[in-house]
Amino acid sequence: MAFEIVIGLEVHAELATRSKIFCSCSSERGAEQNRSVCPACAGMPGMLPVINRKVIDLAMTAGMLLNCQINRVISFDKKNYYYPDLPNAYQITQWFSPICRDGFINIDTQDEPRKIGIKQIHMEEDAGKLIHDSVTGTSLVDFNRTSVPLIEIVSQPDLRSAGEVTAYLHRLRALLRYGGISQARWEEGSIRCDVNISVRREGADEKSVRTEMKNMNSLSAIERAIEYESTRHIEAIEYGTERLIQETRGWDDAQGCSFSMRHKETAADYRYFPDPNLMPIRIDENWIKRIQSALPETPELRAGRYIQAYALSKPDCELLVSSPAIADLFEAVAEKTGLPRETAAWIISDLFRIARRLKTNLDDISISSEKFADLIIMVANNEINRAAGRKALDMLFEHGTDPRDFARDNNLAINKDTGDMEQVVRQILRDHADIVSDYVGGRVKARQALVGAVMRALKGKGDPAIVNHILDDAIAKLPSE
Amino acid sequence: MAEYITQAEIISNGRTAVVDDTILVTGMPATAGSKALENFKPLFDAEAVARLKANGYVISGKANVGEFALDILGETSYYGAVTDADGCLAGAASSLVAAGKADCALCLDVNGAPRRAAALSETVFIKPTYGTVSRHGAIPCVCSAEQIGVAARSVAHAADTLGVIAGFDQKDGTCIHESACYHITNAEGLRVFTADELGSQKKAEDALTAAGARIRRGSFAIAEAVRSAWHVLLCAEVCNNLSRYDGVKYGYRAPVYTNIDELYTNSRSQTLGITAKSMILYGSDVLSKDRYTQCYEKALRIRRLAHETLTKLFSEYDVFLLPACSVPSYKNGSLELLYRESLFTAPASITGFPAVALRGVQLIAAPLMETKALTAAAVLEGVI
Repeated sequence: MAFEIVIGLEVHAELATRSKIFCSCSSERGAEQNRSVCPACAGMPGMLPVINRKVIDLAMTAGMLLNCQINRVISFDKKNYYYPDLPNAYQITQWFSPICRDGFINIDTQDEPRKIGIKQIHMEEDAGKLIHDSVTGTSLVDFNRTSVPLIEIVSQPDLRSAGEVTAYLHRLRALLRYGGISQARWEEGSIRCDVNISVRREGADEKSVRTEMKNMNSLSAIERAIEYESTRHIEAIEYGTERLIQETRGWDDAQGCSFSMRHKETAADYRYFPDPNLMPIRIDENWIKRIQSALPETPELRAGRYIQAYALSKPDCELLVSSPAIADLFEAVAEKTGLPRETAAWIISDLFRIARRLKTNLDDISISSEKFADLIIMVANNEINRAAGRKALDMLFEHGTDPRDFARDNNLAINKDTGDMEQVVRQILRDHADIVSDYVGGRVKARQALVGAVMRALKGKGDPAIVNHILDDAIAKLPSE
Repeated sequence: MAEYITQAEIISNGRTAVVDDTILVTGMPATAGSKALENFKPLFDAEAVARLKANGYVISGKANVGEFALDILGETSYYGAVTDADGCLAGAASSLVAAGKADCALCLDVNGAPRRAAALSETVFIKPTYGTVSRHGAIPCVCSAEQIGVAARSVAHAADTLGVIAGFDQKDGTCIHESACYHITNAEGLRVFTADELGSQKKAEDALTAAGARIRRGSFAIAEAVRSAWHVLLCAEVCNNLSRYDGVKYGYRAPVYTNIDELYTNSRSQTLGITAKSMILYGSDVLSKDRYTQCYEKALRIRRLAHETLTKLFSEYDVFLLPACSVPSYKNGSLELLYRESLFTAPASITGFPAVALRGVQLIAAPLMETKALTAAAVLEGVI
């Protein structure tokens, strides 16, 4: 019997505003503990929330990029619960009337493109952070993050596999970054994800039990958690290994298993009600138009444009548009070099490799497009070879070194003096008579060893085409034995 | 053409104000009458206080209030109730004003206590239209309704001081840009409504008639529904706003606890009084998933109905004359009595319409039409 996995995601993204949602404290990360705090976001009595309009702009931008309906009247509600990181003992959120509804995201999976529904997007404030000191057994609260604006993007339960979830999150994250909506960095928690998962027999109408996994903050952990959790569900249904209950579960990535946190049946009643301190805000046509006119080109459209204009493959284009920083770099360099295909190859195979090695987020890559373009031209014109080009890119990436300076200082310019090369080739043939006779005797592979020896002797500066030519010539001229 | 006055030149205009303990004044404690805020020192002045100071008023001190200003006349204050020589309850702020210890008082009208206090003393209290005085710096309790108002010995003086504190403030998102007029004019031709359901105000009616006003009796049939709805909204917001006093950040923390739940439970059990606790329990019930629609949402509908009913009434009348309370004095408060007495204060509370209280009565006017209620009040203060 085949099983179907049903997954819905709730993604929280921290909005890229300079100040918090209801006060003027900085919302930037990195401040010393409890420095970005005022009486309002510390829950002191007497301060009233005043909405930061930029938050609404960004939430609307997100809604438009995710093809949502935008509600014309915005209101906020209070969600009541006690936790030490929540200074007012309530969170201001949108419960009754979220700003955006009924959108979708197109994703590409191995099989077919799919449209994943977006149920709603709503705005809310973040909570603070508890820091537990295991030495003294005390807990301390840092209010720097309280009242930092968030949007929560709730998908429909349309996702069917870990792969689809990954594709959805990649696309969503790219959209958030393209729109300047959120930094959306998993590693700093400016994007995080709750996963709702259930399993049912394919085609069956039986009621399935849903579990929710909270606050997942890496793509690989999400994939592992989905694999684990769906297997657990399937085994429970098929073999009766356990009785499934609706509950919230945590994910222990180190152990590779999920664990029960609390039962949904006894979950808190949040006692939502409209916040009387925040008057409903009407969104008029002009506001809608202003946001619409500032929308960025979506990664989808950009990828389509690259396919059209540069005849690049679809998978390559997807990689290029995965981050606006990369897409911008690609466009700038392709324009300067006039070599879009070479540029794409340099970015996808070389730049990404360096970024992986240095563990640099693609969004954080900032190298000079002029210098990068120059490097690609140098290789294309055979001024330096590809291997030297890679070294130059390393230096450009890590230290900003100009590739021309690097080539000059390290004497990498390709040697085009054929006289020099002929001499080297003759010497190599003499030194490696055994390999030469292997090659002449029919072992084709032996030729590569000779080329390698010549290139090493030329210290990597030999023009491969010329070297090959001279080598063939020299072998042909060898006296036959 | 106001003359420009620099900060250095501002000296006392000779007027003193006391501020009730639900309103923040830098350098003075702000307890809201609760043990939960024992020794709490605010970091800033309430906007209304800042405006008084900027206009040369001297803040002479804080006045005691019932816990979070929820009760009849201050009887639930952790710091003790204020009573007169006969042992009757008296609002602390209005007592200070009546005794001449201060020229006026700022009071947060949460559940009608400042109106009752004025009506039972020789003072006047005006609760202005919701949104005309900033609530920035008022310890929040019922955010959808409470307003800072002014108590004074004369209607003119209350109106004058209200003019100083009123006006848009961007720190309060519910502040409105429109402003009211606080002039006292001629009562000739003033159209006054009284409700059968709320009893006759013989002396006041006679005085207003003598001044040329026209009195009409009619029905205000929704009075009891308004009271019930008001209590639902009041308790819900009290439940929500008092949650922040959890012992974690400031104020009182229980000395003994073994985990965070006990820290909350013990701190809150040991601080809040029975009135606040009852309201919190009732409020958390009406906001619960099971009861929200039948209680809270219904109360919001009655609030809208009250608004529509009074708006219609004020298309025919200038002032709604009604009692401020049912008895001439209180020796003790109780939850039951508090509920009964809010029959008279709930209409202005739930709608946010302006109301002036003095000499046992209340005068409600249409939003921003304070001038009508003040004009009627000025007639009464000279006669009753």
